[in-house]
Amino acid sequence: MNSFWRNFARNRGAVVGLVILLLVIALAVLAPVLFPGSPWDMVAAPFAPPGEMGMLLGSDSLGRDVAAGIAHGARVSLLVGAVSTVAALAIGVTLGAVAGYLGGLADEVVMRFTEFFQTIPSFVLAILLVAIFTPTIQSIVFAIAVVSWPPVTRVVRAEFLSLRSREFVQASEVLGKSRLSIVMGDILPNALSPIVVLSSLMVATAILLESALSFLGLGDPNMMSWGFLIGSGRSVIRIAWWMSVFPGIAIFLTVLSLNLVGEGLSDALNPRLARNRGGAA
Amino acid sequence: MEPSRLPAFLLGRVVKAAIVILAIVVCNFFLIHAAPGDPASIIAGQSGAADARFLAQLRAQFGLDQPLYVQLWLYLKGVLTLDLGFSHRQQMSVAALLWDRLPATLLLTGAAFVFALVIGVSMGALAARRVGTWSDSLITVLALAFYATPLFWVGLMLVLLFSVTLEWLPSFGMASVGVEMSGLAAVLDVGEHLILPGLTLGLFYVAVYARLTRATMLEVADQDFVKTARAKGVPEGRILRRHILRNALLPVITFAGIQAGQLIGGSILVETVFAWPGIGRLAFEALLARDYQVLMGVFFLTSVMVVLFNLITDLLYAIVDPRVEVSR
Repeated sequence: MNSFWRNFARNRGAVVGLVILLLVIALAVLAPVLFPGSPWDMVAAPFAPPGEMGMLLGSDSLGRDVAAGIAHGARVSLLVGAVSTVAALAIGVTLGAVAGYLGGLADEVVMRFTEFFQTIPSFVLAILLVAIFTPTIQSIVFAIAVVSWPPVTRVVRAEFLSLRSREFVQASEVLGKSRLSIVMGDILPNALSPIVVLSSLMVATAILLESALSFLGLGDPNMMSWGFLIGSGRSVIRIAWWMSVFPGIAIFLTVLSLNLVGEGLSDALNPRLARNRGGAA
Repeated sequence: MEPSRLPAFLLGRVVKAAIVILAIVVCNFFLIHAAPGDPASIIAGQSGAADARFLAQLRAQFGLDQPLYVQLWLYLKGVLTLDLGFSHRQQMSVAALLWDRLPATLLLTGAAFVFALVIGVSMGALAARRVGTWSDSLITVLALAFYATPLFWVGLMLVLLFSVTLEWLPSFGMASVGVEMSGLAAVLDVGEHLILPGLTLGLFYVAVYARLTRATMLEVADQDFVKTARAKGVPEGRILRRHILRNALLPVITFAGIQAGQLIGGSILVETVFAWPGIGRLAFEALLARDYQVLMGVFFLTSVMVVLFNLITDLLYAIVDPRVEVSR
């Protein structure tokens, strides 16, 4: 654990990313304390510029507090990012494990299926899914999961392909362990590190996707979100720049921090690779 | 590749593309049926456009009183004859609507792609020549920043800077409203409107292509044939252009093919921000009106565009790289 942390901390960007991420999480957790009441409530005159009328980041066209919207939106963004990543991991790991461990026809079928999902314009599919199943937090998570599992399948399949012929797996086979217990007990734990690195990047992508969907008006109508804030600021950008600038900065910082943490995790979990890369650059 | 094997390779790719498109049509079909409620009322939308006669017409069109496989067959037959349904909202066939909007989207995505390719590859080549200098680290920072910025927000910020604050460029539509123009003036006018949306869509890929070009150029520069050329006394500029850059372009081409879907998906957001009258703007309007026939048409057409783009990159790759694997 100590060496993991040392390797992680060697990447300065990753440490900065982790600090920003923790701040965003704190903001999400403390939103009801920092900004009590609903973020949908009118609390000031419309279009109050930042710093006026007690509005730190200004108010929107209906006099709602932009700062409160950002704090409450952090909850939705992080929640959607995390839950849809877990769902995508469930699909991706299952398919990847089947393809990599069984090989042959199963592998062929799964890989064609994965290729299909990688070819089609995934954002258009996500829009279609959310629109048809009506925008709710569940349909958004579902749509994001459906379009983001293919890279997981590829990574897991590659790991399983290389691990299944290793001696410790063969030993388990000789001992008569069931396939399921070999997959879950022997192979999967050894394939975890690339999955962990990939998931932090997936949370980042999921947050971007959610913001794009809610920017287009496909957000859950009961949940304040960053994309919705920017979408509502789009038509009034000439009179109220703060409505779209600040939520965008929130998205940028959150996604950036997750990407940086992902790089740090990659360095910490593959220390050899990180040192090699350091030498080449 | 031997010239005689090129047709077989192409045929394989075309068959694969056809299967993907067929799968997308089937996908569309099952989406209508997976949605909660009666397919006819879903297609008609919750927009109040669903009068009884229209619903009856839809039920007949999709054969909703018949078994599922008959319905699927009817749907497939319709799509294959380019009948993508009718938009009650716009009082036009979906195919005609899409056809109307296609040129604007092709112009936007094409311009963004060429811009990204030219600037990205040049920046990557520059960075690879000066490893470790400020221009090299600039690309890493830019890529990191663009990976984290929502596309639509970049568009809005460019509008804020260049249209609202500096008043240099138009931020809305594809041509000036209420001004009659012809010839060169009209072309320049469209060009002026294209700058901001094209920049927005292209900037992300500039960073991506720059990083990719840098990485592959550094890799290629270490290989033996480059050392040989250098030992033969080939001028450095010529080595860079003919030996290194040409080989470094291959992964960029592959990557561009893989990312075609993302580029088109991104154009939906960019067209929404800039009211660019293309497929993406159409999708946004269809979303607001809950016009699902149009949305499914957009999904179908964008998928076809991606598949075609992939075919073109495959072909380019086969021509550029004679060692390309043809058996797959």
